[in-house]
Amino acid sequence: MAKKLPKVDVVIVGVGWAGGIIAAELTKQGLNCVGLERGKERKTEDYFMVHDELRYALRYEMMQDLSKETITFRGNEKIRALPMRQYGSFLLGDGLGGAGVHWNGQTYRFLPYDFEIRSKTIERYGEKKIPKDMTIQDWGITYDELEPYFDKFEKMAGISGEENPLGGKRSNPYPTPPMKTTPVLEKFKKAATNLKLHPYNRPSANLSEAYTNPDGVSRAACQYCAYCERFGCEYGAKADPVVTVLPVAKKTGKFEIRTHSNVRRVLKTGNKATGVLYVDTTTGEEIEQPADIVVLTSYVFNNVRLLLQSGIGRPYDPKTGTGVIGKNYAYQVQKGSATGFFEKEEFNTFAGAGSLGMVIDDYNGDNFDHSKLNFIHGGSIAISQTGLRPISNNKVPKGTPSWGKEFKENSIKYANRTLSVGGQGSSMPFKHHYLDLDPTYKDEFGDPLIRITYDFEEQDRQLAKYLNERCVEIMKEMGADQIDSMNELGPYDITTYQSTHNTGGVIMGADPNTSAVNNYMQMWDAENVFVIGATAFAHNGGYNPTGTVGALSYRAAEGILSYKQKGGILA
Amino acid sequence: MPENTKQQDKNESLTRRRFLKSSGIALGGLAVGGALGSLIPFKEKTSVENVKSDKKTENYNLALMYFTQEQFRMVEAATERIFPADDNGPGAKELGVAYFIDHQLSGDWGFNSREYMQPPFFKGEKVQGYQGRIRRREIFDIGLRELQNYSLTKYKKNFIDLSDEEQDDVLTDFAEDKVNLTTISASGFFTMLRSGTLEGAYSDPLYSGNRNMEGWKMRNYPGSQMAYTDVIDKKFTVIPPVSLKDHLGH
Ligand SMILES: Cc1cc2nc3c(=O)[nH]c(=O)nc-3n(C[C@H](O)[C@H](O)[C@H](O)COP(=O)(O)OP(=O)(O)OC[C@H]3O[C@@H](n4cnc5c(N)ncnc54)[C@H](O)[C@@H]3O)c2cc1C
Ligand code: SF4
Repeated sequence: MAKKLPKVDVVIVGVGWAGGIIAAELTKQGLNCVGLERGKERKTEDYFMVHDELRYALRYEMMQDLSKETITFRGNEKIRALPMRQYGSFLLGDGLGGAGVHWNGQTYRFLPYDFEIRSKTIERYGEKKIPKDMTIQDWGITYDELEPYFDKFEKMAGISGEENPLGGKRSNPYPTPPMKTTPVLEKFKKAATNLKLHPYNRPSANLSEAYTNPDGVSRAACQYCAYCERFGCEYGAKADPVVTVLPVAKKTGKFEIRTHSNVRRVLKTGNKATGVLYVDTTTGEEIEQPADIVVLTSYVFNNVRLLLQSGIGRPYDPKTGTGVIGKNYAYQVQKGSATGFFEKEEFNTFAGAGSLGMVIDDYNGDNFDHSKLNFIHGGSIAISQTGLRPISNNKVPKGTPSWGKEFKENSIKYANRTLSVGGQGSSMPFKHHYLDLDPTYKDEFGDPLIRITYDFEEQDRQLAKYLNERCVEIMKEMGADQIDSMNELGPYDITTYQSTHNTGGVIMGADPNTSAVNNYMQMWDAENVFVIGATAFAHNGGYNPTGTVGALSYRAAEGILSYKQKGGILA
Repeated sequence: MPENTKQQDKNESLTRRRFLKSSGIALGGLAVGGALGSLIPFKEKTSVENVKSDKKTENYNLALMYFTQEQFRMVEAATERIFPADDNGPGAKELGVAYFIDHQLSGDWGFNSREYMQPPFFKGEKVQGYQGRIRRREIFDIGLRELQNYSLTKYKKNFIDLSDEEQDDVLTDFAEDKVNLTTISASGFFTMLRSGTLEGAYSDPLYSGNRNMEGWKMRNYPGSQMAYTDVIDKKFTVIPPVSLKDHLGH
């Protein structure tokens, strides 16, 4: 029998960005919250020896231990799904702050088009534009409705940036000015301007200057240290939950964080959750934490897995397209890019910051005419200067062997002479892309792993090719002596890193038949369960997701507070 | 104390002081948990200068944790072909790459301890990634044995006694899967050798490779600097490298 603890107002499962924001907002209003986090405690002092590429970037020091839990994957239903035994395509967060600790900090707002993608696509191009199995739908919220929450997230994190000339309307400028425009960024800016495009400095959670946020949290400016993504920030300059929202929640005295607490089930009676069951991984003890409200913020895979395992919500059936839990899994089309080699110039590309970059949105969303194109949506295109660390960055011009004398010569010659322009393509959902429980493979507790069924489609191949061509145009204009780029997207491959931008599975919407949560992230089928994260995305946009996850989290916090007072379905 | 180390120490504290200035945060009155505290190196009571005498410090890491001597020599030879000494600087052998791989195999990486190794094992599609039950240290055992067998069959000589060209030839056959192995993939083993070589050449010297930071120096990589606020918006700048050891303040 599990040990039963006293009831609390709210139990939060997973303490990353989404969980941290919820904790801060609810405890500020006096609710008692418990945060259950399966990983360990984290603090800035941990990062004294952080500039270690091998340990952090290649041995995944901060990520989930796959020996305990992983996912399984197959390209389609005819293939046997097999476990992701080693890291590749994406990296899962673990420990206090989740992936928010080792992210880059590129902080975008999805485009107005994203939230009403189906209506707007039909309006401009007609229903025929949408392929038969592409299951795009409106999100049940508009950009304008979400704008105040974007604003809130940006102010809390201190996002550094300048207005995107092709983005949604803003109520306020970014709280801090953009990061430095380095010679590398300048080169891109000039080329893009020559091509009549609209470059802007990438919105960044690496602070351009010291900043004190509305909660009174002060943080230092970014030092462009070049050990950012996959690493924690020893300066507290990168916004992460541990240096922003969590101290605020703790200060209220209403927030209890329990690390090493792995949640296995959401418990329920009828249509309502009663709490969660978790294991203290230091003792192996099973513990029940009753709560009035259960908030799942355990990232895309475990949000879906916990619901399916607990029998909450209607599981998605890919044959009929009915049911909602596991539906519309999407990812990111990341491979449309161009690498330029410069004979006459070297750059300080060993330096950089996770979000340092220059972006254009001329080929993103519906900012360009798709009448004659075989795909919808698009992607942002950017140059990034995140710091080229030496083990992972050994680009050589096409035709160079991958090892031996010539490889060594060229990899050293071009070590500081290589620039890349990359597209971040959106990802549309399809009827046959989904998440469910794997029938064979188990985690350390004997619970089934989550199974991904996903591959790239014609939409993705066309989009990648298009973005790739645009990247090459820009790289040419930048004056590269040789340009290498992708020939074909190929199948989705779980072995090479693309992005940790997994989305969908518990999507939001206005209709309980086609969505799992409403626009407060409240489950239609269990009104005291809120499921927050990129799980709510009905498709993935042409940007990194966390700016939008942050906005949805603030929106959800407001919903939870009003549910606590009034009860019932909120929207 | 050697001159260049002194210089580094000075650079270090300068960078730290410069950070305190450029970050816009004064010591004291800081909300973020210990951010600054974590930057001040932990100084031992006896400063480095006092301890330093004429005594030369031995590098006691130059010993083996996993490989046999024969395996070690083969790895030294093979990685040197992957990353040979040339006008740019030392190759894998001089950088200590074989020691690096040996030491890595004795820990988590060698045992695949943070990877999912539960059965059942099925052969999958390439895009599903490694699905074998064999761990890295066994892959090295088998791979090296097969490399030896193949050299003996093809050239009647041990791998380490082959000429450079012959070694390249054998390695190419592994890289291109022209060698038929039953338990492991020849190209998979080669890929592991190659990535181990780059890791050994360029990881922090703490791990026994990248000896004297020569790997970094070859490509003008500054190692693990505290900050780049001074050069980030400048033209290409060569900065002498520092390693993690320097951060501890000895
Ligand atoms: C290298 C890298 C770079 C990135 N860069 C960017 C970027 O530049 N811009 C951007 O927008 N996004 C970026 N991302 C993605 C971003 O990190 C995530 O979108 C974001 O952190 C997700 O926040 P979350 O709170 O939803 O989930 P997470 O941060 O994953 O937090 C979930 C937490 O739940 C815990 N948990 C899971 N299951 C359980 C359970 N059963 N019981 C208890 N606890 C559990 C986990 O341990 C984890 O701490 C990056 C990701 C990575 C890995
Ligand atoms: S690049 Fe800036 S924000 Fe990123 S870890 Fe370094 S100092 Fe922190």
